[in-house]
Amino acid sequence: MSLGASRFITGPLPLDSVVPEASFVALLESEGMAPRWEAFAGGEIETPEATTILALKYADGVVMAGDRRATAGNVIAHRRMKKVFAADDYSAVAISGTAGMAVELIKLFQTELEHYEKIEGMRLSLEGKANYLARMVRNHLPLAFQGLVVVPLFCGYDEEASEGRLYTFDVVGGRYEERDYAATGSGGGEAKSFIKAVHDPSADEAAAIRVAVEALIAAAEEDAATGGPDTRRGIYPNVVTVTADGFSEIEEDTVAAVAAEALEARP
Amino acid sequence: MSMPMYVPPEQLIKDRAEFAKKGISLGRPIVVIDYADGVLLLGENPSGSLQKIGEIYDKVAFAGVGRFNEFESLRVAGIRYADLKGYSYGRSDVTARGLANAYAQTLAQVFTHEVKPFEIEVIVAEIGDAASDTQIYRIQYDGTLIDLKRFGVIGGEEEALAARLEEGYTDGLELAATLALGCGAIEAIGDDPIEPSGWEAAVLDRANGRRKFRRVSTETIAAARS
Repeated sequence: MSLGASRFITGPLPLDSVVPEASFVALLESEGMAPRWEAFAGGEIETPEATTILALKYADGVVMAGDRRATAGNVIAHRRMKKVFAADDYSAVAISGTAGMAVELIKLFQTELEHYEKIEGMRLSLEGKANYLARMVRNHLPLAFQGLVVVPLFCGYDEEASEGRLYTFDVVGGRYEERDYAATGSGGGEAKSFIKAVHDPSADEAAAIRVAVEALIAAAEEDAATGGPDTRRGIYPNVVTVTADGFSEIEEDTVAAVAAEALEARP
Repeated sequence: MSMPMYVPPEQLIKDRAEFAKKGISLGRPIVVIDYADGVLLLGENPSGSLQKIGEIYDKVAFAGVGRFNEFESLRVAGIRYADLKGYSYGRSDVTARGLANAYAQTLAQVFTHEVKPFEIEVIVAEIGDAASDTQIYRIQYDGTLIDLKRFGVIGGEEEALAARLEEGYTDGLELAATLALGCGAIEAIGDDPIEPSGWEAAVLDRANGRRKFRRVSTETIAAARS
């Protein structure tokens, strides 16, 4: 990535067009400012890894949650990392894998969606957003061979079909629509088996949030890289919902109360 | 060999300015008014799809009059400027002042260097956390940059319209009253009454989340005028 300032930031604005017109990433490329994701020769490096994230459908839409821990080998790198974000007003994205790259990918994805919306005067379709994210993941493939992997989860409210939808991805940019729930990251397997046993697609919001938080607790019990709720330090999972009313972040107090109840009820 | 005819620079600039002004005066005007919760941008626009008012960034909005393709190219360049700057540095580093300067330089360059000057005028508005943080900049066809207070007008019949707004404007107007003032002033200088669906209106509202820009619905306009 070039650190030079773009022509857009200094002097008269260039009025020439960029192809494709409404893409922020294309603009970054045309200005020589796109992040470079190619592999370098040399051994593997150890960087912080973001761990467990999950999402499940319920009556009004989709709930998405992530634990707060990032690990580098057996060291806890961050205790309060945020892994679940609003992609735009009607969708959410969560990340697992190499934290630094994942956070950059999210920022680029958010900017791309907003840029498109402002220039075109309308949002991309949910399918369009998911396809674009898949392409962004595919771009990281060279780095995946060096062990620097980013795997997101994406969900949103489909305004055309009036329903919540959920997508998973793989390292090569494969994009899969999930019918009911999904989880990824080091504790993803454990979280998934927990959700599988109790998932109810017609559950209300409170019940769905409870399942999401409990699944993270279950994952944290089995996976050292997943951080469970930390009542002493006041660290709780990030939980968000996407419904017909759009993206909404569940307040920490609410999540804390749910986590306390869930911990109490654990066998 | 024939000599090119000498045209004094004064004459050249004057001709270009007259050409641009003529094009702009044919367009329907847009008013931008500072009100209690933010800034209202309003104009008559029978087309629902070719918009003259747009969102640039979190707290910054744009309005243009004149040739659509010309101000549209400035709107798109402004969004690119803002998103690139916000992405490279931080979101709060994107300001209306910076954008207005970039527009002024762009229009000045087109005015002197291109075959034909742009027949447009644009307004850039920004709101802050406090009512006193509001900024409204008007950028003219030749790159002249003007810092406005309370309200701004661009497009045809600008002076008559400004006089009407001056008459009705008071500090701390609510949105409904501001809509009534703006619509009333624009209608008064035209010939026919305008249907609620014939307006294009948007606000930068302090009550909104990170992105302050919202379009104002036809129902809201109809209610404000009844």
